[in-house]
Amino acid sequence: MVLFRKFVARKRTRKYIIMRVGLFIPCYVDALFPQVGVATYRLLKKLKVDVVYPEHQTCCGQPMANGGFQRMSGHLAERFEKNFKEFDYVVIPSVSCAAFVRVNYPQILDHECKTPKKAIELVEFLHDVLKVKELPGSFPHVVSVHNSCHGVRELLLSAPSEENIPPYNKILDLLNLKEGITVKEPERKDECCGFGGMFAVEEPQVSTRMGTDKVQRHMATGAEVITGSDSSCLMHMQGIANKKKYPIKFMHVAEILAADCNILKGDI
Amino acid sequence: MSTYHSKRAAEFLKDPEKVTRHDQTFWSLRQKRDDRAHELPEWEDLREHSSQIKAHTATHLADYIDQFTENLKKNGVIVHFAKDAQEFNEIAYGILEDHNVRKLVKSKSMLTEECQLNPYLIKRGINVVETDLGERILQLMHLRPAHIVMPAIHLTREEIGKMFEEKGISKEIGNYDPTYLTRCGRENLRNDFMDADAGMTGCNFGIAATGDCVVCTNEGNADMSTSLPKLHIVAMGIEKVIPDYASLAVFHRLLSRSGTGQPSTAFTSHFRKPRPGGEMHVILVDNGRSNMIANPEHWQTLKCIRCGACMNTCPVYRRSGGYSYSYFIPGPIGVDLGMIHDPKKYSGNVSACSLCLSCDCVCPAKVEPGSQIYRWRQSLEKYGTENKEKMVMAEGMKAVYENYHVYDALLRNSPIANHIPESLADIKLNPWSIGHTMPHFAQKSFHAIFKQAMDELKKGKK
Repeated sequence: MVLFRKFVARKRTRKYIIMRVGLFIPCYVDALFPQVGVATYRLLKKLKVDVVYPEHQTCCGQPMANGGFQRMSGHLAERFEKNFKEFDYVVIPSVSCAAFVRVNYPQILDHECKTPKKAIELVEFLHDVLKVKELPGSFPHVVSVHNSCHGVRELLLSAPSEENIPPYNKILDLLNLKEGITVKEPERKDECCGFGGMFAVEEPQVSTRMGTDKVQRHMATGAEVITGSDSSCLMHMQGIANKKKYPIKFMHVAEILAADCNILKGDI
Repeated sequence: MSTYHSKRAAEFLKDPEKVTRHDQTFWSLRQKRDDRAHELPEWEDLREHSSQIKAHTATHLADYIDQFTENLKKNGVIVHFAKDAQEFNEIAYGILEDHNVRKLVKSKSMLTEECQLNPYLIKRGINVVETDLGERILQLMHLRPAHIVMPAIHLTREEIGKMFEEKGISKEIGNYDPTYLTRCGRENLRNDFMDADAGMTGCNFGIAATGDCVVCTNEGNADMSTSLPKLHIVAMGIEKVIPDYASLAVFHRLLSRSGTGQPSTAFTSHFRKPRPGGEMHVILVDNGRSNMIANPEHWQTLKCIRCGACMNTCPVYRRSGGYSYSYFIPGPIGVDLGMIHDPKKYSGNVSACSLCLSCDCVCPAKVEPGSQIYRWRQSLEKYGTENKEKMVMAEGMKAVYENYHVYDALLRNSPIANHIPESLADIKLNPWSIGHTMPHFAQKSFHAIFKQAMDELKKGKK
C-alpha cells in the first residue's frame, strides 16, 4: 500500500515537474478583459497544468513596435525574457502577443534569448502540446470564429486561405469539443478585421470600414457570438458593433472552452 | 495623426457603395487567384523556386545583364543603358528623334510611368498613344493608373462610356455595354497602329541565355505595336533579367495566375530580333535598382515580378483605392518601392497596412511586402518622417509598461474612465471614436483578481 502511494505520488509529481508553464496575461487583457485571463487560468488548472503567473508583468512591447517604434520595446522584451526564461512554456491567450514574442524578439534582443521558442499561444498549447481531445461542459450556441491574422499567418493556427496546403484549423478543432456548440466561419474566413494596433487610430476610416465588413460577415453566419483567440481584434469589432448597435456578442475562445466547467478548489 | 494615405483614404471612403464595388472587384481577383493556386499541387514549391531564382539572379545580376546584352547584340538589337529616369527619357527621345518619329504607340509599361516618359515626349512634340485599353482610357481622361495590372478597373463603364462619347470614340449615345465600348476603343486604336512611326513595349522577362524580351499581355496590343511600325523600343528595368527558359517556365506559371487568376495571359510574345528592315532597341534602366541589392533589409523588393496580387489581396488597398497612395505604384509593394525610391517623399504611405501579412502569403516571389512595411516603419524616425503624435503615444505606453507600479496604479483607477460619457469621448481628437465606442475598463484587473484569490487561498490554508 505504501509502495502504491509512493508510485502514485511520484507519477503525480512527475506530471507536474515535466512541464513548467508560465502564464502571460497581456496588458490589454489584464485591464479590459480580465475574464479572459481567469478563463485561461481555470482551463489550464482543469487540465492539470501546473501554471504559474509571475508577478509584475505588463506588456510584451508589440503596440510600440507595430507603430514603428520597436526601439521602445527592448526593455519590455528583456523583462519578458527575465520573467519567463525558466519555464518550459509561456502560455499567452492572445495570438498577436505570442507571435510578437516568437517572431520579433530574436531581432529586438541583441543576445540569445530563450522565450521566443517557449512562447506559445493558448490554442496552440492546448492543441499541440496537451493534445486535448475532450473538454467537459457544454456551450449550446452558434459561434463564428474570427481567425486573427497573426494567428493564421505567423502562428499557423489554421491554413492560410492564400496557400495551397491541406486545410486545418486548430481553433475549430478545440471549439468542436464543446457539447452543443455550432461552429461557423465567415465568408472570407481569414481576412483582416482592420485592428492592427496603432493602425486603427492612424487610419481610422479604413480600419472602421474593415471592421464593419468583418462584423457583418460574422453576423451573416447566423452566429450569436463572435469568438477568436485575440481579444484585441474582438475589442475592435466590439467597439464597432456597439457603435452601430449590432446585436452580437463577443467572447474569447478561452471563455468558451472554460464555460460550464466545474471550478476546482484553489482556483480563481 | 493623419498621414497622406489616411487622408486620401478617408475621402475615398465617403462613398461606401463605391468602396464595396472596388473591394468586391479586387476580392474576386484574389478568389480567382486562389482557385488557380489550388489547381496546382506544386504551387508552394513554385513560389519558393521563383523566390530562389530571383535571389540568385539579383546576386549575380551583373553577369546576367552581360549575358543578356551580348545575346541581344548577337541578334542585331541595339542596347542602351540608363542610370536614371532622366537618362532613360533622353535616350528614348534620342532614338525617336533620329528616326523622325511623330507618333509612338505604346504597350503597357510601368517603367515609363516611373520615369514619366509620356509627358517628356509630348512636350517635345511626339504624339504618344497608349494602346492597352485601360491605359488608353486613363490617357484620355488624364488620370494615372490606380493599379499596376488593371490600371482603370476602378472606373465604371458609365464613366468610360460618357468619356468615349465626348471624344467621339463611341457613336451610340447611352450604350455602356462593356463589349461594345471595348470594340469602339479597339477600332479607334486601329488607326493609330496604322500610322505610328514607332512602337514601345515594356518587358516582363529578359532571358539572359537567349536575349528574348518576353511580354505578356491580354489584348495583343504589344504585338500590334511592334508588327506595324518598323522601329521597336523595349523599356525594361534591369531586374527583369532572368537566367533562362527554365526560369521563365516558373515565372510564367506564377505571373498571371497570381495577378488576374488566369492560367496564362492570352499573349506571351518573345521579341528577339528587329523585323526585316527595321530596328529594335532595348533600354535597360537602373533608376535606383542596383542600390536595392545593397540594402540588407529591403533587397527582396527587387524580386517583385509586378503581378499585382498583393494589391488585390490587401484589405487596405481594396478599401482605399489606388489614388490614396502618393507613389505611382499603390498597395503593399508600392509602399515598399516608394520608400526605396525616396523615403522622405513617400513616408505617408507606410501607415496603409494593418500588418495582416496576406500579401506575404500571396506573393509569387516571396517578396514579403507586408513584413517589409513593418521594417520601413521602424526606419521613419531616421528620416524624420515618423508620426509625432503616434510617437508621443508610444512613449507614454512605454513609460507605463516599463514601470509596474505606475501601471498597477493606473489600472486600479482606470474604471473611472468608464464614466466619461460617450458624447465626450466622441471628439475629433480621438480617432478611435470615429468608428468605435470606448472600451470598458474592468472593475478589477486580472492581476488584482489573481492576487486576491491567492491571498484568500493562503489565508484559508492557514
